[in-house]
Amino acid sequence: MQNVNWTILIIFIALFGFITWLGFISARWRKGDLELLSEWGLGGRRFGTVVTWFLIGGDIYTAYTFIAVPALAYGAGAVAFFAVPYTIMIYPILFVVFPRMWQVCHRHGYITAADFVRGRYGNRWLALAITLSGIVATMPYIALQLVGLQVVIGGIGIYGEGWVGDIPLIIAFVILAAFTYTSGLRAPAAIAIVKDVLIYLTAFAAVIVIPIELGGFGKIFAAVPATKLLLAAPKGATTGAYGAYATLALGSAMALFLYPHSMTSILSASSGHAVRRNSAMLPLYSLMLGLLTLLGFFVIAAGIDKLPEFAEGFARYKASFAAPAILLWAFPSWFVGIGFAAIGIGALVPAAIMSIAAANLYTRNIHREFINPGIAAKDEAQIAKWVSLIVKAGALIFILFLPLQYAIQLQLLGGIWIIQTFPAVVCGLFTRKLNDWALLLGWLAGTVAGTWMAAVMNFSATYPLVIGGWTFPGYAALYTIVLNLAVAVILTPILNALSSTPPADETLATDYQA
Amino acid sequence: MDEGPRKSRQRWWYLLLLVQFVLCLWVPLYNKLEPSFIGLPFFYWFQLLLVLIGAALTAIVYFATEK
Repeated sequence: MQNVNWTILIIFIALFGFITWLGFISARWRKGDLELLSEWGLGGRRFGTVVTWFLIGGDIYTAYTFIAVPALAYGAGAVAFFAVPYTIMIYPILFVVFPRMWQVCHRHGYITAADFVRGRYGNRWLALAITLSGIVATMPYIALQLVGLQVVIGGIGIYGEGWVGDIPLIIAFVILAAFTYTSGLRAPAAIAIVKDVLIYLTAFAAVIVIPIELGGFGKIFAAVPATKLLLAAPKGATTGAYGAYATLALGSAMALFLYPHSMTSILSASSGHAVRRNSAMLPLYSLMLGLLTLLGFFVIAAGIDKLPEFAEGFARYKASFAAPAILLWAFPSWFVGIGFAAIGIGALVPAAIMSIAAANLYTRNIHREFINPGIAAKDEAQIAKWVSLIVKAGALIFILFLPLQYAIQLQLLGGIWIIQTFPAVVCGLFTRKLNDWALLLGWLAGTVAGTWMAAVMNFSATYPLVIGGWTFPGYAALYTIVLNLAVAVILTPILNALSSTPPADETLATDYQA
Repeated sequence: MDEGPRKSRQRWWYLLLLVQFVLCLWVPLYNKLEPSFIGLPFFYWFQLLLVLIGAALTAIVYFATEK
């Protein structure tokens, strides 16, 4: 504790105190009956275009992103920039697909993607598969948010050995759990506004001030090793790094809005129009993420990783320390306090939304569907509140007691698992032609194949697919979603022919239109 | 009641959204150092520019298809 930077710590604590207060009073914001799940878990679907912008932004550009993406640029170079095409391609998908999702969910009172699948296909087992993918993909994601928080707390100089060192993380967790319990989705929505103002301030200051201190972008990139500046051009019968880059970006983009927490933010908007407008406004976050990625190169150019004062941080957190280190190096302590608080709060916002989303899924699609179908609306909200606590406690235990590597590997698998819900959810918004059991078998095939691909590659995201003497290294999620779709399409006529009952569907074509 | 033909004419605007997919996925197009811009290699500034192009295209489609 002897190296604690008190200025940073005081500003950090002050800002955390402010958002804690905000989290609790937000229960009264656009007041609704918090004993209803649609109020607690979706903020009453009353957020307009601007609040939705902050909420979705706070939801998908997380603390983990702000730490991990610059860390990847610092460690691996150009490949880290895949986050930019990835977050470009998510918006046309959001624009075309998800206003339909908003409409049909609004009309039928659906709160989760699995609710929609249940109504669209009338198949509780397919809905259960969607639910399981959602919950299992979300859990490690919450855990990784806490890692982002851990790294900035370390950056302040609070390390501590054993359980004492974990106290700050536990305090932050208790704050998070308490305001999520009392205020539901209104809390992260209110806090996201504060967090994003701070993060934009930090990001734009960093990309203006640091290059000036380092003598311009030309000098910075001249200091970066040539192998890190660009992707390696493929040689021989392979698509090499090009294919990996493109498939990682596309697969991640297809997966993103299938995550339960993305769905929760989208469904809490006040209209499908708010979602459409946001597709053109949210790319500002992508621009900021792209600029923040460059921080990894700034670290290399400034030689910060060689400085003795940052040796302990890099030894503890490896490349993840890149972003905190460059802020510490370049800015006065009071500003570092703002930046660190932005990252720290950036962990709490998505962690809150994710735990709410997982709780909504459990309550609606497991508890009400399989355990207590006659549950009263009030009890439904109460169960969701409790589950949100359990989910967060699970994430905390994971981070405190298991190696970090597990959380990272599980998060990678989470992307592969969640994309398998694409055919049932996204195709389902446009057509009811696919057979529900065929979709379930496709989901199973994709999930098993994707898990296998990741496991044999020792949990690297890319799998070298070999076809006719050519090697296509690419994102396992994208390869297995093709398999999943193929299984669903091929089995649909066969299973339809075997079935004697007409396909169930409680939705109408007009439910999807404004 | 000429909703039908108007709707189908509107649909064509959505094809504009494909432009950003093509540009993003065509990696050899931008995996280059030159031309650089204010010291940023092409690879980096081009993809940042693509963010703005993507947002502009989405905005165009939004206004063209909004009733």
